[in-house]
Amino acid sequence: MLTQDRASDVFQRIKRYSAAADEVEVLFYATHNALTRFANNTIHQNVAEENVVVSVRTAFGQRTARATTNKLDDESLKRVVQASEALAKVQQPDPDLLPMPDAGEGARATQTNRYFEQTAAITPEQRAEIVRKIVSIAERHKLTTAGIVSNSEFVEGIFNSRGLADWHTQTSSEISITMLAADSSGWQKANSPNVANLDAVHLAETAARKALESAGPREIPAGKYIVILEPAAVLDMVGFMFYDFGGQAVLDQRSFLNNRVGTQVFGKNVNIWDDVAHPLQSGAPFDGEGVRRQKVQLVENGVVKRLVYARATAEKMKQSEHKDKVGPIAPTGHGFPLPNEMGEAPMNIVFGTAADPKTTDQMIASTERGVLVTRLWYIREVDPYEKILTGMTRDGTFYIEDGKIRYGVRNFRFNEGLMHMLSNVEEMGTPVRASGEESFDMVVPAMKVKEFNFTEVTKF
Amino acid sequence: MQDAASWALNIAALRGASYADARLADDRSRALSTKNGKVGSASDSESLGIGVRVIADGAWGFAASDDLSRTAVEATAARAVEIANSSARVKQHDIHLAPEKPATAEWTTPIKIDPFTTSVEQNLDLLLKIDSELRSVNGVTLAETNLNFRREEQCFASSEGADIHQTKYTTGVGYAAYAFAGSEIQKRSYPCSYGGQWQNKGYELIHELKLVENARRIGEEAVALLKADQCPEGVFNVILEGSQLGLQIHESVGHPIELDRVLGMEANFAGTSFLTLDKLRTLRYGSDLVNFVADARQEHGPGLGTFAFDEEGVPAQCIPIVTHGLFTGYLSSRETAHTIGLNRSGGTLRAEGWNRLPIIRMTNVSILPDEKPLTCEQLISGTDHGIYMETNRSWSIDDKRYNFQFGCELGWEIKNGKRVRMLKNPSYSGITTEFWNSMDAICSRDEWVLWGIPHCGKGQPQQVMGTGHGASPARFAKIKVGSAYRGT
Repeated sequence: MLTQDRASDVFQRIKRYSAAADEVEVLFYATHNALTRFANNTIHQNVAEENVVVSVRTAFGQRTARATTNKLDDESLKRVVQASEALAKVQQPDPDLLPMPDAGEGARATQTNRYFEQTAAITPEQRAEIVRKIVSIAERHKLTTAGIVSNSEFVEGIFNSRGLADWHTQTSSEISITMLAADSSGWQKANSPNVANLDAVHLAETAARKALESAGPREIPAGKYIVILEPAAVLDMVGFMFYDFGGQAVLDQRSFLNNRVGTQVFGKNVNIWDDVAHPLQSGAPFDGEGVRRQKVQLVENGVVKRLVYARATAEKMKQSEHKDKVGPIAPTGHGFPLPNEMGEAPMNIVFGTAADPKTTDQMIASTERGVLVTRLWYIREVDPYEKILTGMTRDGTFYIEDGKIRYGVRNFRFNEGLMHMLSNVEEMGTPVRASGEESFDMVVPAMKVKEFNFTEVTKF
Repeated sequence: MQDAASWALNIAALRGASYADARLADDRSRALSTKNGKVGSASDSESLGIGVRVIADGAWGFAASDDLSRTAVEATAARAVEIANSSARVKQHDIHLAPEKPATAEWTTPIKIDPFTTSVEQNLDLLLKIDSELRSVNGVTLAETNLNFRREEQCFASSEGADIHQTKYTTGVGYAAYAFAGSEIQKRSYPCSYGGQWQNKGYELIHELKLVENARRIGEEAVALLKADQCPEGVFNVILEGSQLGLQIHESVGHPIELDRVLGMEANFAGTSFLTLDKLRTLRYGSDLVNFVADARQEHGPGLGTFAFDEEGVPAQCIPIVTHGLFTGYLSSRETAHTIGLNRSGGTLRAEGWNRLPIIRMTNVSILPDEKPLTCEQLISGTDHGIYMETNRSWSIDDKRYNFQFGCELGWEIKNGKRVRMLKNPSYSGITTEFWNSMDAICSRDEWVLWGIPHCGKGQPQQVMGTGHGASPARFAKIKVGSAYRGT
């Protein structure tokens, strides 16, 4: 795996090759990934990958561009520098481009340990053994199973010619399991930097129980229901709104928060932070320019309090017509690598814990008539300003009556506004680290939502 | 490159692999974009590496590395065998590949202008000119453009003796105008949405698309949508423009015919398929006018699914998928062909890059045009009452590919053969086979375009790839319209 010392040596070589540029920045990404995939109770795909990526940004006055390679020999490094310089030199000056940040802007107080040797050291045999346990649970229940067991280690580093240098190492492990019966299915997924936090047997048993309990799904009519969304379903929905919390999105007038910052957008029980240092979070503590990621409260008691900013976006916002309507304006360490069109986004979302958190069982028990949703699928934005999303339920959808799960139901299509949904949360669970397929991982609770809008029913 | 492949194949054999292939890819791309009169991004990237796929003890293993030194390549091949041996600990049966005569071949996308020989200044001038046209329309609040080139050189060698060298070029270009006012954001895109049109062509694609000429109209339509009437909810005849029909084909035909999905191999992520094996040659997928092919051959056109050989060395083929409405074929691989009674793969195994395992992917899944002449204007003039929809805005379908819902950027109500009013936020929904059985007209060859979808996700780890979809405008009877906004 690429070390910080070797990356520093590569950076020094690149600096020499880019002597003509006013400034140079180099991003490093290195990965060792392995993933064992199973279906029909068989390991059918099993892969491993090693790669190192070096991405060079040069700046000539107000002009900048990026070039990327995965080769670290001198010839390749010279070529990538030349490519970056050639792209930068032909551009018109960008008045909004700032000098690269210095070491002071990248400084941070603590480094959260997100590297676990036992995760990095997992062998193909150990992954196969975990799969064997999952398959044995499927066979015991007369089900078939599909899913993945994966582990990886990766590094992310940044160096620039103004003396900023930072480095982040991390491991990741993930288990995702689908259990399939003749006409039903169940699903569970979890990931963590530390494999010791994953319980494959518990995940497999839960997925199996969902498949068995939803067998013979009945069709109930589409309409507005009280819906209990498990954490993965919540994250896949709410993930669609966080790109709109970037200052650039508001400047571009493509955010649903245009003219809404400072107003009651969600229910008073909704509080949301971006906090990379949260113990259940993951990722590097610096952004695409190397600026320290700050903890930011985005939503307080349902009111959108502030946005996040890359350095240049903050400067632009201060000069804009929006400056008095968007709360505090300052760089927050959420920028993407430059140059880019998107600006920034909060990527370490943590929902606040409700005053009186409920377990999912308690939410079910207090529901007279409703639907329990395990997982959502193929979510897309129908309306960008009203933030209406469409998508499907999947892998474990149940009808609740008189406080009990009664039977599995055919899957629904929903068309639901996010502002509407987060204004109608009756109960919440304790936030957990959740992982889905439509959005990035985050720390979210299960939610009981009233008047959730199912518009159609599918065939299974 | 060939040396590295030989090193890998030798070590795989020595370690006990019964089959091995090595794929080296040298990938180069350029991405340029602008936003509101400024360069948004400007980047070049290259990636070179090797992926080694083996069967050992009757099971699969795959390992990939960016390090092409002999030591690293041999270690990568050894790792692939080690992984295969661990796969064998949880297997139900041994892997068997359909026979394929090993090919020796060289192929390059036929292009007229190598896009990497065009200057960045020229590229940016074009984008900024489009941007200027878009923003010259009063009410346009955001203008975005993009231009993308890719060149992928790949060497494939197998333990059976295949030796194939392919170089593929891709060009993509598009733009969008946004208008924000009051409480809504409207958008128009050209030539289609989400990155525009992508084909396996050189820079000549840019010259063909009349990009600057259409920019002002697109800006004007974005602003006009703000004042347009909301698309009504109800049951209507619907005419879909070609790029929207291309996406409809992608989601409701291309994905369900992937044999790996049908066999449950994607059940945890991309999902399965309603097209169980008993439906082959028995299911009436569409009306008699409906004919789909999956065609990777050059003669089908410069689609994102066009190649000479797939990534396990099988030649490009044309597979009849639906013939006069009857379901007739799946997308298959050497591993899966036997499950549908074939003794040869359909040649659809593809990978995102050197570091990904090839999986079954769409090639160019296209609807064939009507042989009788019919233009889009004639189709509209022959429609008493209906809604015309153009350019995708949202798309969603369930994990077995039955229930779908699509939103479009622009709609027109048609009455007595004429467009009578612009409609905003048009959407439609339905069930796949009911929808295709309702098709009662499709335009002819002169309206047929091979559209490119550059960002199709599938597999774990996820692979994002391009697919091609030829389509001409078509009409569908009694379609559910407008439910995307029902109750919201």
